[in-house]
Amino acid sequence: MTHAAPAAQPDHDGMRAMFRTMTLIRRFEERASDEYMAGRIGGFLHLAIGEEAAIVGTVSALRPDDPLTSTYREHGQALARGSDPRAIMAELLGRATGICGGRGGSMHLMDRERSFYGGYGIVGGAVPLALGLAWATRYRGGDQVSVTMFGEGAANQGVVSECFNMAGLWDLPIVFLILNNQYGMGTPVERAAAVEDFYPRAAAYDIESWKVDGMDVLAVRGAVAEAARLAREERRPACVELLAYRYRGHSMSDPDTVRATEEKERWKARDPLVTFERVLLGEDIIDAGAIAAMQAEIDEVVTDAAAFAEESPEVPVVELARDVYAQPWNDDARGSALMRP
Amino acid sequence: MSDGPAQMTYRDALNEALREEMQRDDAVFLMGEDIGRFDGAFKVTRGLLDEFGEQRVVDTPITEAGFTGLGIGAAMAGLRPVIEIMTVNFALVAMDQIVSNASKIHYMFGGQATVPMVIRMPGGAGHQLSAQHSHSLEAMFTHVPGLKVVVPATPEDAKGLLKTAIRDDDPVIFLESEGLYGKKGPVGGEDDLVPFGQAVVRRPGRDCTVIAHSRMVWVALAAAEDLAAQGIDVEVIDPRTFRPLDLDTLAASVRRTSRAVVVDEGWPECGIAAGVAAHLYEACFDWLDAPVVRVNSADVPMPYARNLEQAAIPQAGDVVSAVHAVLGREAGA
Ligand SMILES: Cc1ncc(C[n+]2csc(CCOP(=O)(O)OP(=O)(O)O)c2C)c(N)n1
Ligand SMILES: [Mg+2]
Repeated sequence: MTHAAPAAQPDHDGMRAMFRTMTLIRRFEERASDEYMAGRIGGFLHLAIGEEAAIVGTVSALRPDDPLTSTYREHGQALARGSDPRAIMAELLGRATGICGGRGGSMHLMDRERSFYGGYGIVGGAVPLALGLAWATRYRGGDQVSVTMFGEGAANQGVVSECFNMAGLWDLPIVFLILNNQYGMGTPVERAAAVEDFYPRAAAYDIESWKVDGMDVLAVRGAVAEAARLAREERRPACVELLAYRYRGHSMSDPDTVRATEEKERWKARDPLVTFERVLLGEDIIDAGAIAAMQAEIDEVVTDAAAFAEESPEVPVVELARDVYAQPWNDDARGSALMRP
Repeated sequence: MSDGPAQMTYRDALNEALREEMQRDDAVFLMGEDIGRFDGAFKVTRGLLDEFGEQRVVDTPITEAGFTGLGIGAAMAGLRPVIEIMTVNFALVAMDQIVSNASKIHYMFGGQATVPMVIRMPGGAGHQLSAQHSHSLEAMFTHVPGLKVVVPATPEDAKGLLKTAIRDDDPVIFLESEGLYGKKGPVGGEDDLVPFGQAVVRRPGRDCTVIAHSRMVWVALAAAEDLAAQGIDVEVIDPRTFRPLDLDTLAASVRRTSRAVVVDEGWPECGIAAGVAAHLYEACFDWLDAPVVRVNSADVPMPYARNLEQAAIPQAGDVVSAVHAVLGREAGA
């Protein structure tokens, strides 16, 4: 199957679809937050509320077969790729019907069918995987572009610089997306980086790179489309830094006391959903009635996803050792003896 | 100074050890991610930035390999870094520095340089953090000559062992447990150091020796209660450090009970329990009445789903079954 690369500027249908996806991500994550508070989601839950423009602008600029990797803050990427909200919510609740069978949870969603190659928990760890996906594309003569989204905190990991160098050295078809939400847990950028802009680091390895307003979904779309075009047509790596802000703490367990209220308010005034809605209304691309209908439809999708997840069965414990190996060597599909008395 | 043991949490005991050692020796400094302004991901370093300033409590970028290596270099120059790796899972990023440099430098250069540093990090499973955030890597570190490996189970040991670790002239891997930070107990005073290489009997008993460390001590003690109710009297021993390992205390107990169970939250293959069992076979073969039984986490990456995770990690019931097995009892008898 071949796909046309999306245009840098979407048509009206495209814009409405982007707005819908952004709204879906917001509502889905608000519901996930409720599920966590109700004790139905365990472990870490990292919300991307506030970062919807960065996510949707990026994913909408890609072909559906462009391999994508992300961090643990990746519900939005999966939803934007079109993964079933039911299967995502069920994964968050650790149910058998989850998109990874309850094994991964919130931090580790994957949807191979949609070329979403997963959310990873070790900061910086997924960047070389994306390089490998790009390598495989070129090896096979494909025209996909590998895309990896990671935080500005991750950009400080040595492995990311290693990847910039290899991408530049070998001209791999990859787009590095640095989602600069200005904090890594409680550490603001200026306390973690010698230079507060990150895109020049890629530029140092001869990678075309820009910084754009990550709260403006059309700006993100345009920049990522250009980056993907370079990688796809000119076979050159590219890097886009998206300046954004997360509205919630690092994860649900972070009381978010480090960031100043004034700063949070300033960024909330630039809520990507609100500003995009204003654009769409102002240009008569959508009307208030259509927005209300869309929101009602999304509420239903999210409510349905949560109900589905809550009603789904737990993972049978006998499946604990299934899938350790793709090619198990003994009959009961266990990697080796479980070593339990 | 030590007039009557204070009750405090494992977290605060660690904090107190850090504070006291920083007051005592200005070569001691702390470095790690979010340890200053944010008080540490688990709040172990709370208040230390205010007390000691940015020169001695240093927030780093997310660069485990880099700042661990920096710690090694600073230690070679005579400082006493206490490096916090946010969780043991992220130590894998720094493994090259720990294994290739920290553990080797004193030996490889003929004793010319020392690496008096501590790398503190919590680990363990049980909080539904899934496969990449639930490691127990005691075995990986203990495998490496040149490292010392410390695994405190109580607030008292957390404090006393950390103080010993900071004063030690070798690289010390100090493994805390995410599940124990809130645990309360008595702690020693400023001069109460807990020496390395001294196991402690947590509960005396006659019928079987149960060896467990870190959070598993508490699992073993819970199992011991259940077993006592069945008339089975187990001895629970906590090695407290794996390098050095106090084999004498473990072997003396096993020679008395003739039976041993080793509990370890890590994986079974080439794990801590496997290593301890091998020592026991070598030291006590003629005294053993039954094969040593290991209780480990399941031999799988840790799953997210709560029920799977609970099934994967050692529970008191698993220890009870293991003791039944070495005593030759039917399960559930
Ligand atoms: C190697 C490693 N070190 C530390 C952590 C703990 N940790 C999880 S997220 C995070 C902050 C990451 O910040 P950034 O890359 O900016 O992404 P954001 O969370 O802002 O989306 C840290 C330190 C980790 N998961 N992996
Ligand atoms: Mg960030």
